[in-house]
Amino acid sequence: METKNNWKAWLYLAPMLLLMSVFTFYPLINAFIISFYKGYRPLQNSIEGFTLLGNYLLILRNPLFWNAMKNTFVIAFISVPVSIFLSLAIAVGLKSIPKLNKFFQTVFFLPYVTNSIAVGMAFAVMFHKNYGLINAILERLGFAGRIDWIGGTSSWWTQMVALLIFTVWESLAFKILVFTSGMQNIDKQYYDAAKIDSASKWTVFRRITVPLLSPIILYISITSMIGALKAYNSVIGLFGVKLGNPSNSMITIVAFVYKYRAELASPGYYSYAAASAIILFIITVIFSLIQGAVSKKRVHY
Amino acid sequence: MDIKMVNLTKIFTSKNRKEVQAVSHVDLTIPSGKLIGLLGPSGCGKSTTLYLIAGLLKQNEGQIFFGEDEVSEMPPEKRGIGLVFQNYALYPHFTVRENILFPLQNLHVPKEEAKQRTFEMAKLVGLEEMLDRKPKELSGGQQQRVAIARALVKKPRVLLLDEPLSNLDARLRLQTREEIKRIQRETGITTVFVTHDQEEAMSISDEIVVMKDGVIQQMGQPQDVYDHPVNLFVAKFLGSPQINVFDGVIEAGKVLIDGMAVGATELPDQKVVIGIRPEGLQVDKTALSPFKFEIDLVETIGRDTTLIIEVTSEESTLLDKKTFKAIVDAENRIRPKDVIHFVVKPEKMHIFGLDGKHL
Ligand SMILES: Nc1ncnc2c1ncn2[C@@H]1O[C@H](COP(=O)(O)OP(=O)(O)OP(=O)(O)O)[C@@H](O)[C@H]1O
Ligand SMILES: [Mg+2]
Repeated sequence: METKNNWKAWLYLAPMLLLMSVFTFYPLINAFIISFYKGYRPLQNSIEGFTLLGNYLLILRNPLFWNAMKNTFVIAFISVPVSIFLSLAIAVGLKSIPKLNKFFQTVFFLPYVTNSIAVGMAFAVMFHKNYGLINAILERLGFAGRIDWIGGTSSWWTQMVALLIFTVWESLAFKILVFTSGMQNIDKQYYDAAKIDSASKWTVFRRITVPLLSPIILYISITSMIGALKAYNSVIGLFGVKLGNPSNSMITIVAFVYKYRAELASPGYYSYAAASAIILFIITVIFSLIQGAVSKKRVHY
Repeated sequence: MDIKMVNLTKIFTSKNRKEVQAVSHVDLTIPSGKLIGLLGPSGCGKSTTLYLIAGLLKQNEGQIFFGEDEVSEMPPEKRGIGLVFQNYALYPHFTVRENILFPLQNLHVPKEEAKQRTFEMAKLVGLEEMLDRKPKELSGGQQQRVAIARALVKKPRVLLLDEPLSNLDARLRLQTREEIKRIQRETGITTVFVTHDQEEAMSISDEIVVMKDGVIQQMGQPQDVYDHPVNLFVAKFLGSPQINVFDGVIEAGKVLIDGMAVGATELPDQKVVIGIRPEGLQVDKTALSPFKFEIDLVETIGRDTTLIIEVTSEESTLLDKKTFKAIVDAENRIRPKDVIHFVVKPEKMHIFGLDGKHL
């Protein structure tokens, strides 16, 4: 009985597995192999030999890679929790004004269906030192000195703040949507019971809504952590191909991969790209495993 | 503290714009420290009444007073009530301990005291061994007791119970019923107990309130309501087996069923509906009474014998059912096919107008 069922399961999964092996596993394994090549010229398809860790060590000694690591981790560790908290708060807010719910869901969903490079360019204008909306608002509020957020005299800090604001804003839509529909599935009786038990709004949020949403929060935090570790479009959109001021100051791991991937003529660079992609893959896997382990303890059900 | 409802009305509007008066112009005072059984068939508005008292629903019309305070506009968290929901609504991610502790934490009761009270409450409902379990690891009855503990632990001004025993087995039901009665006596807390089980309501309540279609039919001590129902609905709703109901007429001071005289009355001549409680039919040993039937089935349980009479004739005067019942002493030794003459105890017979009102 059991084996027969297994058979069927595999049969049904076969097309999916085939597609996944062609488009996911094969490139992954290929990248893995390329990362061991020495002096690889992709155009000629020639190599000078093999190295086990040579490419990896070169990357780890490259300050640009560490800059990319720093930026990527700052983006992941700040934008993910901030956007999760904000979207939860907005979803809770939307719940209490059911009439506006539909309208706001559309508004918040717009960024999700818009190309993020295009939106990034629009943000770049908003952050402009002289014509930007942000500085105009700040001036209205009484902050006289115009900040150069992302221009020629901007610092790493201002650029990172701009990037974080953009990243959070861009990722809110999907999260709000998922959280609102998740909340609709929570039995109203628990909220009635909480009222009888004299729970404050904050207590209800912290001790009832969040725990009962925890499987969804976990799902969102894993997927958006992975998404943040792969940040690229937002950087290109906001800072252009120079990747910040000075050049490459806002580089991310994926941007680093693309940078070396593009240098087809230089021997060995393709392998650096492959090796850094593999490092990113390993980091991503480690994060997912950690989050999975944490969830066993903290997620209800 | 008593609870007073004045002209309380709740209207639900469903999706197709149809209006349902779930609670309709209810005037009701629940005396302080008493246990009141709110009784009625499914969908008659019992839960709605409870939720109005709790403040979880807002009335369309009318007022609610707790003692001297009007609470009509007060949010539920300020009303100081304990409520046991029809399907418990225990927080699934909390342990039993956390469930009971939760109201105390919200009321900022000092930690040590809260711990103490939680434990005492768990002991009171017999769950002190299960404090660290999650609700889904408990049986239905145990979950219900957690819900009762959670409602009582904050020493509420009013305790509302929405069919709290509906998921218990017969034995546990009796036990928990006594338990609730005992807790209510000890705490002296004004309690409203909703049920659709008339026997449960009669046995536990100081007074019962019978409801139908959102309207209060009658309120009073259980025995009084049973002995003096104001209408046919109340008469039929209380008592098991149900009251026997016949078409009848009054002619010249005689109450007649199918031409057989069953009693005397001072009411004027008219068509009526006659209700006779099963225990009001007594075997007439002299066989002089004209009210006679052939017995179809005899059930003897302990002291009592239930005689079951099937009525087959098309133009039967028996309303609603095809059988009617009489409860007599077991010593009568009656067997099926015997023809029995009955006399009717006058106090067990109720005469209603064709509109159902007691005459
Ligand atoms: N939220 C609601 N929306 C619309 N109609 C409702 C709503 N809640 C209750 N009703 C209607 O109001 C009436 C009374 O419902 P209520 O739940 O008070 O009945 P009940 O006496 O508690 O019944 P039960 O014994 O089945 O629990 C019913 O006709 C029901 O359909
Ligand atoms: Mg109900």
